[in-house]
Amino acid sequence: MTTNISFLLNGDTISHDIKEHWTLLYLLREELGLIGTKEGCGNGECGACTVIIDKLAVNSCLYLAIEADGKIIETIEGLASTEGNLHPLQQSFVDNGGIQCGFCTPGMIMSSKALLDEKPDADREEIKHALAGNICRCTGYIQIFESVEAAQEKVAANKGGKDE
Amino acid sequence: MKAFKYLSPTTVEEAIAFHGQHSETAKYMGGGTDVIVKVKEGWMEPDFLISLKKIKEMSELHKNAATGELSIGTIGGNLINAVPSADGAIPLIALDGVALLHGPEGERSVAVKDLFVSPYKTILKPMEILKKITIPPQAPHTGSAYIKFGRRAAMELPLIGIGILLSLDEIQGICTKARICLGVAAPTPMRAFDAEKLLKGKKIGEALLIEAGKIAADESKVRDSVRGKAWHRKEMIRVHVKRMGIKCLELINAGH
Repeated sequence: MTTNISFLLNGDTISHDIKEHWTLLYLLREELGLIGTKEGCGNGECGACTVIIDKLAVNSCLYLAIEADGKIIETIEGLASTEGNLHPLQQSFVDNGGIQCGFCTPGMIMSSKALLDEKPDADREEIKHALAGNICRCTGYIQIFESVEAAQEKVAANKGGKDE
Repeated sequence: MKAFKYLSPTTVEEAIAFHGQHSETAKYMGGGTDVIVKVKEGWMEPDFLISLKKIKEMSELHKNAATGELSIGTIGGNLINAVPSADGAIPLIALDGVALLHGPEGERSVAVKDLFVSPYKTILKPMEILKKITIPPQAPHTGSAYIKFGRRAAMELPLIGIGILLSLDEIQGICTKARICLGVAAPTPMRAFDAEKLLKGKKIGEALLIEAGKIAADESKVRDSVRGKAWHRKEMIRVHVKRMGIKCLELINAGH
């Protein structure tokens, strides 16, 4: 039961043969080699596998690859510029102690990006709400919220400047 | 995860036909957050997964001012999964929501409160689809409030869910309709009928709501679980029936 799908992944058009029972997470990691997206619980509880699909933060472990057909998908690998400059959110997590072991970080950053893309001036409550589905066992969350807040101005300034 | 064939019909009729062709080995899927987990864990082993995502009449969320009609997206999945917590069911029961089921023999309507048989079991027959939920228009001077009470917001099911709706008579403020709905308080979502009876026909204030909370807690069939003890759940029913009741009154006073 193989089928071909195509979608936009971090700006590149991808066409790939998939099995219909594959999750998007499996496709990204095991087939396309994009291992920045993590598998934590595999049950949609922890948010480590978060990617952005058509502007919404989604748990890729519960999303079937076949449903990605025709969609626009962003993963953590698509954030830094081709020259290697980190996205403001990534830089802010580094600068503000939003990372310890790093396992939850790609998911945290993708959930944060989906929020700030939609609402650059989100307040602390909105940030907490957007990250409610992302579990971190190291930092205690405060530094993560601060990292997102510290990135807000830069993200807002970059908006419109970068073609998406 | 077990291999399956993925089907994405665009009409309810087509979905039912697919299911009919593969009856025992096919499963419907809404958003997939429950079904995919079940397949991954091996609790469900479909050869065919029928996604309902592309069925337009189901994915459209529209509210009709005259009838208060609300089509469902994946709230249907939340209902059909029929966990005792049933986050989505409690407010719908408080609002007297009616589910429209569509199966091989056509459509039938059932009150949302009557959908549930036991944990993880609904009255849906094989191949039937929950197509739409209709919320009847409410009388003026109606307020409703819902709380999903748990220890934290993420990665958590509620310890208790409480949905209340109160309608007051316009002139004297007498209660003409009361709905007190409890989630995680019994094997299925339930209404606290005795507590509702206490409120109906009376002028409602804090003292009466405290009494209603006590009765609702007694009516509940709470039990101990990993998330909380029965006595604590009863306490929370008592407290939150009162609080949500007061919130309803505030909403009515504010003209909502």
